Parts: sequence; structure tokens; C-alpha cells
Amino acid sequence: MAPPRVREPVPAALDLNRCVLFLEHEARLLDEAKFDDWLKLFTADAWYWVPSEPGQSNPHDTVSLIYDDRRLLETRVRRLASPRMYSQEPRSRTSRIVANATIEDAEGRAATLRSKFLMIEYRREQQRLFTGTAWHRLVQLDGAIRIAWKRVDLVNCDAPLDGITQPF
Amino acid sequence: MTEDFSRFFKPGCVHRQLYTDPAIFELEMARIFGTAWIYIGHESQVKKPGDYFATQIGRRPVVMVRDAEGGLRVIRNQCAHRGAMVVATEKGSADEFTCCYHGWTYHLDGRLKAVPLNHGYPRDFKVGDPAMSMQSVARVKSYRGFIFASEAADGPDMEESLGHMTTSLDDMIDRAPDGEIEAAGGVFKHAYDGNWKVYFENLCDAAHPLFAHRSSIEASQAQSDDVHSDGSGEIAIRQMRQNGAPYSFWESQVGIWTYPNGHSYLGDYHDDAKLVAALKDPVFRDYLTALEKKKGKAEAQRILEVRRWNSNIYPNVSLMSQFQQLRVVHPIAVNRTVVHTYNFRLKGAPEQMFRNTISFANIVNGTGSLVLTDDLEIYNRIDMGLSSQGAEWLQIGRGYQSDLPDPHGGRKGINSTSEVYIRNMLDAWQGYMSNGHGSHSAATRAAS
Repeated sequence: MAPPRVREPVPAALDLNRCVLFLEHEARLLDEAKFDDWLKLFTADAWYWVPSEPGQSNPHDTVSLIYDDRRLLETRVRRLASPRMYSQEPRSRTSRIVANATIEDAEGRAATLRSKFLMIEYRREQQRLFTGTAWHRLVQLDGAIRIAWKRVDLVNCDAPLDGITQPF
Repeated sequence: MTEDFSRFFKPGCVHRQLYTDPAIFELEMARIFGTAWIYIGHESQVKKPGDYFATQIGRRPVVMVRDAEGGLRVIRNQCAHRGAMVVATEKGSADEFTCCYHGWTYHLDGRLKAVPLNHGYPRDFKVGDPAMSMQSVARVKSYRGFIFASEAADGPDMEESLGHMTTSLDDMIDRAPDGEIEAAGGVFKHAYDGNWKVYFENLCDAAHPLFAHRSSIEASQAQSDDVHSDGSGEIAIRQMRQNGAPYSFWESQVGIWTYPNGHSYLGDYHDDAKLVAALKDPVFRDYLTALEKKKGKAEAQRILEVRRWNSNIYPNVSLMSQFQQLRVVHPIAVNRTVVHTYNFRLKGAPEQMFRNTISFANIVNGTGSLVLTDDLEIYNRIDMGLSSQGAEWLQIGRGYQSDLPDPHGGRKGINSTSEVYIRNMLDAWQGYMSNGHGSHSAATRAAS
């Protein structure tokens, strides 16, 4: 299978096809637990956000299921590789489907992408289903697509939830 | 179910059945959650007449509401007609409450207001009949804005029941320069498959962070501080690193205090340069200036010298007064628990302090936290392990019979990793289950 084309030498405008390939590539890295490679998709000052409330306006005045600036995201990914991460003993296995992608807003070489996702997490004889809307701010750096920020709105973000260890 | 609860205890031991038996759980709901002073919410959650907040006492749905006269009420969330839950959303504002089934409508204080087709009910049916209301919970009382309720018409007064723990509630409020706090910043609802008691039994456990939280300690220690942070990750990473303090520190530097009725608090271990020991931080300096201006230098100093980590008010609330956090434990079933966590804004403090509180909440109470997820895993594993009959008697004997008296009528652990606070909660458990109150008499202190 051909690798996703994320390293074109001359950056073109971000068309929907490239964006979708990028999303599928990201989902695959996460499903294959290649978290270090996933982290490399983010810019040096990126943030990753999973709000706790529908329509939450910002991550600073209200708690979030996950709100990682770049520094904390690195720590999160490093912990995911730890054999002492007891909440990942045994490890989760995940299967993601991304769909319904639209470019909401684009200027120059950057675009905001809206998409739907389904993530099934299997761990210790139990399957959990997560679904919602993902927002990616994609930029092109040195010919590659990078995530400047990512927001994940779970449909059940304000429900009682068991611990979340897998990035969406 | 035998009434002899002492058979579940041996010196320094408790039987696993307390955490696994559905019949015991049912009795706990009636005898502990049905009598003790249960934390309901904070008055700032219902500011104006009509504002309501739906919650539970044990598993029973209730509504905390500000009535038309501005009074605070806690009423059962149940229609007097066929018993349906009336208020279906967690919070909001209403002029009246209407049951969705037959349209019975209630005043904000729970009195029945109107009933469609009311001529069809029995001759003695009266809309004004107190029995035809959303019933008030027997006793409701505010401690400086923290609302507690007891389902028992008689029993110890709230202040008597809270005892010395009111000082932790005071600390929560006293830290606000304007002397007022407000619940804000949303809520976490984290859940686990396990008994409600194991949550409380972990909150003052100073022996677990260095081991259980190893993955986040090591990941944070390895983190470069040169990488971009907007400030929130910085707070989270510092918190994780603090968990990596050596065992000697955990054992000798923190302190664990326990009080009658199952209450306890763990001393603090933070030297965090932004949140609590932050004299070099400009935001904290502004805060200190505001606090001193309103309270005077001496009082400000006294306030900041109160150093508590988790203060646990048995059986359903734990607060972190230094960090403006409050957790409410909701037992769902013998092996299922949901915990709601709240944040508070200190009125008169710089707004950035509240934002720091949010960052702190994300790492300490967040469902996706790098720390809490390992605690939740432990609660799940305790439940899975307890289903085995291999170890019938659980060990709660760290520091057994070495407690020291406390001038406020409590007992202090000989060191901070003493399990005195677990034994103390189980003393209260026996009291509530046997006598209907959290008796602390030597006669019931089998586990101590």
C-alpha cells in the first residue's frame, strides 16, 4: 500500500483529498499505537483539546477531559510508552473510522477541517464506543501537513466516563 | 443480614464482604446515606430564585433549589402522584416544576400548585395537602454556603457532625479576598467499577503515589521545560513531579489527622511555585496583596499557613481547600461509583488564579488525567481482586495502635502513611450501620 502523501516537495493548497488522507494517516498511527509518530504530526506550539461540555468556549475557564499544550502532550505520549502505566496493563486496542470531512475555513496553506469519527476501544474484555466531531487546524510546514490544534467534541463529553487513556 | 457488624472486623483488618456484598450496600444506602449529613452542593450553584441543581442523596434523586423567597431548599425529585422524576435536567432555572406525566405542577419550594382534571381525584384530595408535594428532605443546613442535608429528622446537628472539619470548609472560603467563593468551571464526572468506600480510602493514602503514579512521575521528570507551554501543562507537570517525592518525605512530612464521624485530612506536601508557595509568581503576589488588603497581614498569613491536601467529610465529600477543588462521591451500586468534581473561584482574587485552578483540576480530577487514570485502574482492580476468596481479610493495619491524640478531639497518625484514616472511617461505618450515627465510642472501634 502506498504511504499517505504528506511530504510533497512543493506545498499546494490544502485540498480536501489531501486532508482526508492526512486524517486517515493520523487514525492509523493511533490505531497502531505509534504515539511518537503521532506526536510528530503536531506543530511545536500545538494544543490538543477534548472539552468536558458541549459547545465549550475555551479550555482555560472550564475543565476539560483532556487539554494538553505541547509540553503536556509530549508527557502524555511518553507515559503511553511506560510499562508502569497500570491503566494500560493490559493495553487498549483501538479501531478508528474517520468520515464526513469538510474544509470549514481555509486561507493560504492552512485549513480548518471538520470530520466525524468513531473510535472503538477494547480493553480487558470490554469494548467502549466513542464518537463525535473532530476539528483539525492543519498547516503546511516544510512541505508536510502539521496539526496546529485539534479539538475533539465527544457526543457524551459531559457523561460520567471511566478513565480515558487513548487519544482520540 | 445479621446486625452484628463487628464480625467484619479484626484488629487492623476488615472483611472483603464490606466492598462486595449487595445486601451491605443496600443497608449503607439506608443507614449511612439515609441518616448522615450529606453534602448536596454550594449555594452559588443556585444564585437566583428558580435556579435549581438536581443531584442525589445516595441513589435518591433530589433537587437543590432557590425558592421564590430566596431560601434554599432540598426537595425530593419525585412527583407525589405516580412517583416520576420531575426535574430531568441537571441544572437550570424554572418558575415552577411540572411533572411530564399528568402535568402536576409544583411551587419552587415543592408545594403542589395545580393539578389538571383535579375533580377526578378522591373527595379528600386537596392541592394544599402537604403529602401531595415534592417532599422536603428532613433537615437542610448551610455551613457558610456549603449545603448539607440529612434524611433523618433527628440526630446530631450539622455543626456537631462536621466537628473540626468545618475548619477545612473555612479554609476554602477564607482564601477568597472578598470572603466569598463561587462554584465555576464545569464538572468532571469520573466513574469506576468498584465500591464507593475505596475512593475515600485512597484520598489520604500517602503510600501509593510513588508507586501507583510511577508512569506519570517518570514521564514528567523526563519532560523538557523548554518545550512550549501556555502555562497549563506546566502546572500539570509540576503536580506529577511532586508525586515523585521519596517515601521518606511522604512518611514524615505530610501528616494525617482523623476526627469523629469518619472525617480526616491529609497534610499538604506542595512546594509548588505557582499555586501555593508562589511568592515569586506575579499572579500570586497580586493575590497576596488583595488578601492582605482585605484581611490584614496577620490574618492573610494565618490563612496561607493552613496546609491541607484532601479533607474528607464522611461519607460523600472531599475537598482540597488550597486548590479550590471539591469531589462528591455518588455510590451507584456495590461495584459502581461516580465521582463529580467541582472547582471554586475565589472572589477578589486575580482571574488567572482561577485559570490555574482549572489546569490543576485537569491533572488531579480529570477523566483523561495522566494521574487519575491510574487511580481509577486501582479501584477497578480492587473490585476484581475482592471477588476472590483468597484474602478474606484486608489489611488496614499500617500504624495500628500507634495513633496520637489530637487537641481537637481526633487522632493523628504516627506518620503520614498510617492507615488510621481508613480505620477511622470504618469506625464511623460501624456506628452508622449499628446505631444510626457515626459513633466513635471505643466499643465500636474494633478495627482500631
